Amino acid sequence: MIAPLHTILTARIRNDFPAARSRGFRLDVELTVPPGVTILFGPSGAGKTTILDCLAGLTRPDAGRIVLNDQVLLDSAAGIQVPAERRRVGYVFQSLALFPHLSVQRNVEYGLGHVSDSERQQRVRELLEAFRIAPLAERRPAQISGGEGQRVALARALVTEPHALLLDEPLAALDLATKAHIIEDLRAWNARRRIPVLYVTHSQREAFALGERLIAIDEGRVLAQGSPHEVLQMPEHETVAQIAGFENIFDANVTAVNESSGTMTCRLVRSSVELEVPLARSAPGAAVRIAIRAGDILLAAAPPVLLSARNVIYGHIASLEQTGTRVVAQVESDGAQFLADLTPGACDALALSPGREAWLVIKSHSCFLLQRAQAQKA
Amino acid sequence: MNWSAILLTLKLAAVVSLILLAVGLPIAYWLAHTRWRWKFLAEAVVALPLVLPPTVLGFYMLVAFGPRSPFGRSWESLFGSTLPFTFQGLVVASVLYSLPFAVQPFAAAFTAVDPKLLQASSVLGVSRMRTFFRVTLPLSVVGVITGFVLSFAHTLGEFGVVLMVGGNIPGVTRTASIDIYDQVQALDYSAANQTALALLAFSFVVLSLIYGLNRKARFQWPTSDRKP
Repeated sequence: MIAPLHTILTARIRNDFPAARSRGFRLDVELTVPPGVTILFGPSGAGKTTILDCLAGLTRPDAGRIVLNDQVLLDSAAGIQVPAERRRVGYVFQSLALFPHLSVQRNVEYGLGHVSDSERQQRVRELLEAFRIAPLAERRPAQISGGEGQRVALARALVTEPHALLLDEPLAALDLATKAHIIEDLRAWNARRRIPVLYVTHSQREAFALGERLIAIDEGRVLAQGSPHEVLQMPEHETVAQIAGFENIFDANVTAVNESSGTMTCRLVRSSVELEVPLARSAPGAAVRIAIRAGDILLAAAPPVLLSARNVIYGHIASLEQTGTRVVAQVESDGAQFLADLTPGACDALALSPGREAWLVIKSHSCFLLQRAQAQKA
Repeated sequence: MNWSAILLTLKLAAVVSLILLAVGLPIAYWLAHTRWRWKFLAEAVVALPLVLPPTVLGFYMLVAFGPRSPFGRSWESLFGSTLPFTFQGLVVASVLYSLPFAVQPFAAAFTAVDPKLLQASSVLGVSRMRTFFRVTLPLSVVGVITGFVLSFAHTLGEFGVVLMVGGNIPGVTRTASIDIYDQVQALDYSAANQTALALLAFSFVVLSLIYGLNRKARFQWPTSDRKP
């Protein structure tokens, strides 16, 4: 009944923001969104919503070209600008924007003015069932929960059979279980339809759960793209590392390049601590930046021996902070501060307390070299 | 009580408020959505009748309606009659005089509609015109009724403009407020009192209706703001 579309959305967008020019903000991105879910990942203010608005036709960028399969939606050079209502690009806003004066049923059928009564009824019924909101059909938006509202907004966007779908953090306000169910229903729908879905989020968990591809952006620029795993687990960019939750980020200088062992030795700035990190194209003396997850650092209460890990760093525990089922130990080592994750049980078993000696064990491959955002711009 | 004056007044108010509905809605829509940098000038012009003495407005309209003004001449060549001292002249003058009472509530209601709803409508493939009738208007219904009723009530009570433009011709331009004036001049206080009381009662009922409607409206469409 629903034919797969296999549409591809490509866009090149450039936009100046007069209001943000003082801080040098300018949008300049090039994206390709294949069928399936692509995550648009970045901190707030990175330009994510502006990109979606340009794709949907709600904002006209200064320059750009947007093509949905073979239909040109925008070509500023050729003076083409297809208005939003003729783009067939579905868009679910963060605020959902359900029509408050219409029932759930009327909201969902809102965009179907041009189809026959019988077809409209059938399509609406299908979508209400696919998103499990049929029992709410007669209710007003104010009478349903947040999660139900998200389902209505999705159904309303999809019933018009858009050729691409844009989602602006539509699930941000929901609990994890509700989110997971909605994501499953969306995936199931798109498994048949195969349209490009561009999903904005700054939640890593959502990115992993939902995304087949990920585009990381910041300051109006694309920083990295690839699978969520590639981009978020092995970030090459400092901003990506920060938003992806790398608690330890150090400035360092390369002191030695060990070609044979495939590593480099780097000394942290303002410290004598040295780390062995994976080999990269850097000469001795080069400034690098290293990111390490707190969860990738082992903490030992006695000097560890016979380890494969190349880095064992001696220090003292400065503080222990428990949040939920996680204890974060701050370890001070000659001017450098490391954060390491522990379980409360491990913390008790090792009888850790502030002031005690500790040894940090870090594998070379848990150390990621970052490209700094400034270097990228130059 | 002078029924012919009261019926004439109701007829005038009905015609004027209907015309204002047709003319005021597009003006208000334009004011609510335009990004024209000189929009404030248009707003000031619309609001002028609020502050001008009715005699000033009436005087200029009388001049404009006259055979020596381009407007007066073109009206005469189009309709074969002049505007001053006719019911049509009264209608045109009252439309201008009551314009802010219709446009301002309309525009306020349109501005209060969440722009995201209009964007949602256009990405769903619905044109601006249809969006207006399917989203903007239903969500502004209280403001539209308010503007309609206010312009009706304001036309009921006008005096100065009517006197300047319409004169005082029984059955043609003698409205209730002018009738009261005449009765007082003739020292017929009981007749004046009857007409005045009728106007007072009617105005009170109308305004109570508006305020009652507005109070209910607060509970009509509860906002569903889900932004975290």
